[in-house]
Amino acid sequence: MSQAQPLLETQSISKLFGSVIALNDVSFSVRPAEVHCLLGDNGAGKSTLIKILSGVHQPTEGAYFFEGEPVSFNSPREALERGIATVYQDLALIPLMPIWRNFFLGLEPTKGWGPFKRFDADFAKKTVREELLKMGIDIRDPGQAVGTMSGGERQSIAIARAVYFGAKVLILDEPTAALGVKQAGVVLKYVVQAKTRGLGVVFITHNPHHAYAVGDRFTILKRGRTLGTFTKEELSREEMIRLMSGADELDAISHELEEIARREETVDQELAQVDKQLAKTLEKLDDDTGTVQ
Amino acid sequence: MTVTATSPPKADERVAELGLVGILLRRPEVGAVLGALVVWVFFAIVTPEHWIGLGGVARIVDSSSTLGIMAIAVALLMIGGEFDLSAGVMTGTSGLIAGLLSTQAGLNFWAAAAIALAFALLVGYINGMMVVKTGLPSFIVTLATFFILRGANVGVTKMLTDQVRVSGIDKVAGFGLARQVFNTEITLFGERFWTAFIWWIVLTLIATWILQRTHWGNWIYATGGDANAARNVGVPATKVKIALFMTTAGAAWLVGIMNDVRLRSAVASQGIGQEFVYIIAAVIGGCLLTGGYGSAIGAAIGALIFGMARVGIVFVGWPTDWFFSFLGVMLLVAVLVNNYTRARAEAMTTAMAKARTETEEAEP
Ligand SMILES: Nc1ncnc2c1ncn2[C@@H]1O[C@H](COP(=O)(O)OP(=O)(O)O)[C@@H](O)[C@H]1O
Ligand SMILES: [Mg+2]
Repeated sequence: MSQAQPLLETQSISKLFGSVIALNDVSFSVRPAEVHCLLGDNGAGKSTLIKILSGVHQPTEGAYFFEGEPVSFNSPREALERGIATVYQDLALIPLMPIWRNFFLGLEPTKGWGPFKRFDADFAKKTVREELLKMGIDIRDPGQAVGTMSGGERQSIAIARAVYFGAKVLILDEPTAALGVKQAGVVLKYVVQAKTRGLGVVFITHNPHHAYAVGDRFTILKRGRTLGTFTKEELSREEMIRLMSGADELDAISHELEEIARREETVDQELAQVDKQLAKTLEKLDDDTGTVQ
Repeated sequence: MTVTATSPPKADERVAELGLVGILLRRPEVGAVLGALVVWVFFAIVTPEHWIGLGGVARIVDSSSTLGIMAIAVALLMIGGEFDLSAGVMTGTSGLIAGLLSTQAGLNFWAAAAIALAFALLVGYINGMMVVKTGLPSFIVTLATFFILRGANVGVTKMLTDQVRVSGIDKVAGFGLARQVFNTEITLFGERFWTAFIWWIVLTLIATWILQRTHWGNWIYATGGDANAARNVGVPATKVKIALFMTTAGAAWLVGIMNDVRLRSAVASQGIGQEFVYIIAAVIGGCLLTGGYGSAIGAAIGALIFGMARVGIVFVGWPTDWFFSFLGVMLLVAVLVNNYTRARAEAMTTAMAKARTETEEAEP
């Protein structure tokens, strides 16, 4: 794993919503060409942390550095301008709008000048096709409404958009949550692809197996606090699941182990598929990179 | 279909599958165009001697122009996800302010009109601010504005003139030029037209340009489609909404001034009840009540349908009371047709997406 300077870093960040402590003393960083997984149960504070990273919220306490300098973003736009792109859980795609309009939303390419300055639709349509094709999605009709696409395709569009606009950091909030195995595999493929292009990826998930398949480092949040950051070597999958699911709470242990054991089976099958898929993709990816360069 | 996800873009055949019909069905204004054709043919059969020919056209256009100007502004606002129930009464307020300031306070008509514009934009701004700051439905917020303005229109006019109308606007300085600019009679091919119709056409084109060809249009659709998602990618959704409320108020001002210069007077009840006609015209034109979808040309055609009905009912000699029943029927038909065409278009695209996903899943 590269030990390069982190692209972004938070030091002892806390966030209060009124009297609710959503985050407490959280330090976190992501380096170039790294997938850093952010894990934790519902309400652990994952979304809050990435909303701070992406400029939606400001931290109540603590410091935030981007490429080594302290920053304070007042809007998602400011973070976006620095190269921090976020694919939100709720996607930030507009279902009724065509793909090409969605792809460039907020950063529309223009041509012409003065009162005749206009949204360059031809360029947008052409680019959207090309960019998605690079990710292996062949859209026939950029005019298709995004709402009519499958969940995996929509996630992929959102990721392709972030990559196209030169993101240095890609933040993904539970991109695989609502997807089936196959579709989740497609998204995981793009996560790896973004990493190989040198982006730092913050990947949030509930699913330890998705995390383990693509992650380099793992940070586990629990009730707003971090249980630590681990590299893949330091943390076995079983241990990760244990940390995530709160099995260290004595009174809950036996019940939860049962639960895990039961889930393990289905999850292992799922994982086997994802791993297979991923191995295939990586192979293909190597080939592609070989031919591009 | 065995096209894989990574195949080169020969897969264009699926665009062809959608075909011309599918593409037409995907346009929001398709229902309005069909409706306009039906209404036109209907009156052409019932009253051909009045209807067919330039005389009929002049009457229809006259009856649709100011309504059309309002309908496109309201359509933009609806695409942006909001309503404005004060839009109708605002045409009255603007006309009254300009009329009262010029006849009672002795201002030049242009100065009076400018003050009326400032007031209208302020009301639009307040409407917008209240909606975005309180999160209340714009239906409620602008209903309040509607009642406030409705009361003030009559109250202030009575207070200053002891009447419910302002007359003699044509005697004030600046009136002549204002009439030339905003709304005057011209003769085209031997028929008399009011120039408001030129404004209507030009504004329809500008609104369409903005919606289809500028980043502003993208922002309007996105704001109405999902304001939160739009904000997340950096669209200033709040500003967009406020700007749209101000645009609607600005259009109401324009129509108010057009009425002043045409009628040479202003009445305190002007515009009341029209707000629904604007909304219905926009809906006939393909705007969804939930926002994020619609077109300016559609709204203009929606207004044209109303113009045709208003004129046609008079030509045929039916009691004009029936106009409102016609309005209701048109609204119902429009909503049903729009639902159907949209569902059709979406079913087609969904079927395509599904076919594609299934091909993907079928691969080893
Ligand atoms: N805007 C907000 N206002 C008040 N409380 C919030 C807000 N956002 C999140 N919280 C609270 O902060 C905690 C962490 O939430 P979140 O970051 O969404 O968790 P996760 O994404 O890990 O499920 C929760 O208790 C949640 O209720
Ligand atoms: Mg969350």
